[in-house]
Amino acid sequence: MISLIAQITTGDDLLVAQNIFWWFFALVTVLAGIKVVTTDNIVHAALYLVIVLAGVAVQFVFLGSEFAAVTQVLVYIGAIVVLLLFGIMLTRGSLGDDQLVDTERRGMGALVALLLFGLMAFSLVDGFEDVVLPEDTRNLIEVEVPIDTDIDDDEFIRTQRGSDTAAIGDTIFESYIVPFEAVSVLLLAALIGAVVIARKE
Amino acid sequence: MISSLSTVLSPVLAVEIPYWGQTSLRVLGGLVAILLPAGGLVYVYLFKMMSFMQSRLGPMEAGPYGSLQLLAEVGKFLQKEDIVPAKADRLVFLGAPFVVLISTFLLLLAVPFGPDAWFVDLDTGVYFAMAVSSVSVIGILMAGWGSSSKYSLLGGIRAAGQLVAYELPMILAVLGVVIQAGTLNMNEIVFAQANGEIFGFGGIGNPYILTQFVGFAVFLIAIQAELTQPPFDMPVAESELVAGYMTEYSGLRFLLFFIGEFATAGVFSAIAAVLFLGGWYVPFLEPEHNLYNVLGPLVLMAKIFGVAGLIFWFRFTYPRFREDQLQRLAWKFLIPIALVNIVITGVLKVVF
Repeated sequence: MISLIAQITTGDDLLVAQNIFWWFFALVTVLAGIKVVTTDNIVHAALYLVIVLAGVAVQFVFLGSEFAAVTQVLVYIGAIVVLLLFGIMLTRGSLGDDQLVDTERRGMGALVALLLFGLMAFSLVDGFEDVVLPEDTRNLIEVEVPIDTDIDDDEFIRTQRGSDTAAIGDTIFESYIVPFEAVSVLLLAALIGAVVIARKE
Repeated sequence: MISSLSTVLSPVLAVEIPYWGQTSLRVLGGLVAILLPAGGLVYVYLFKMMSFMQSRLGPMEAGPYGSLQLLAEVGKFLQKEDIVPAKADRLVFLGAPFVVLISTFLLLLAVPFGPDAWFVDLDTGVYFAMAVSSVSVIGILMAGWGSSSKYSLLGGIRAAGQLVAYELPMILAVLGVVIQAGTLNMNEIVFAQANGEIFGFGGIGNPYILTQFVGFAVFLIAIQAELTQPPFDMPVAESELVAGYMTEYSGLRFLLFFIGEFATAGVFSAIAAVLFLGGWYVPFLEPEHNLYNVLGPLVLMAKIFGVAGLIFWFRFTYPRFREDQLQRLAWKFLIPIALVNIVITGVLKVVF
């Protein structure tokens, strides 16, 4: 994935293709996002959500962060939307439009969405106003990789090429180990809590 | 970053292949790498091995020894009418087989066929494979729900429950290999096995099946379940659900599901071969050797057929699980075993 991006950014004429695809995926994502909230069919809404989440994953690829893109697919598409669809189909398998989806609290929802958009847009613009992505996103993160001098030159290059995946692993288990463990315990507690509530006999 | 195919082909053709050319070659290579193992598996195992195990000859008429039967079957399915049920959710129904196929094709991207013969050299190889393999669940749920049939819906829900349950042991089984190799990149996992040593003897490398045999067993059981093949074929149990989520499909779209099933069997076997059997590496030949760019795909193909042979052997041998037995196997047996395997691998990795 990253190698594809590196390829795209090397020539000037190929950057055009990258831009075209960026706009294509951005438009698809936004249109699918609008359809999620306007469609009357709850299963269709969940399937449009898949397109939105896949579009976000594509944007991560364009930013050169492969790990975030794959995580997006695994967690959101592979787990959350599947559970969502599973739940919908177990509880109501009716085809066609569902009147319950269209509620009267539209105004409130729009207000919350607008506030959230404003907040996130402000913080993003404020935080990353002057940041420009480098030409080659592969070398975005400098990593120290242990150099094994026993191996041949070819292999040497292979292990020396730093990856953002390795960098993310190192940061999680070095700088952010306490928050990571706290979140793990929190999720475990939620899991056990759900089991306890569901098994009330 | 020099592309794989231009590295392989440039010395031969003495030309620099443009970007669009490389992309087209990749698509072509992907089709070959998907359809060749899928067709081979269907003929060798589904047509012939299954027949021999049941004391019959299998297809014998089309071509020498029935070898062209597959083309006849494809021709038959292409001629059939593509029926969409009147009350079906049309777009969801029509799109479902393609979502399943997309998942299979994406899965192939991560598989290396030689030191320089890969589609995309992904840093997150294994992780990517596990992520895109879970996309097929959405296609199956779409098929089950969009068909507007009770058999399809029940089959789709059963399939989703099963696939979600067996994804966990599959990912956990792979983690042992990742810990031992110290990388997620599938090509580097092959290099780690090729350069490995068994008690100081480096002649045959160190295929991880020797140290991760528990992971290999769990992985094989999990992919068997992911393929919804017997003994894990509750979602398509013909005695109670006709054909599960595929009930309402006919013609081309049924064929797509069928190809998807066997192509996924081939790709999962390839991933198992890369992770546990050393991928494109053969003993007593240096992994950096250029010969591997030609030899590698053939070696990997042989290993795919070896792993798939095991899968199909189980398929034709064991009777079907009941739904509760199937879930119990995943949650109470495979996941704890895989977790213990990870702990032991981690401890040994730190000790040695």
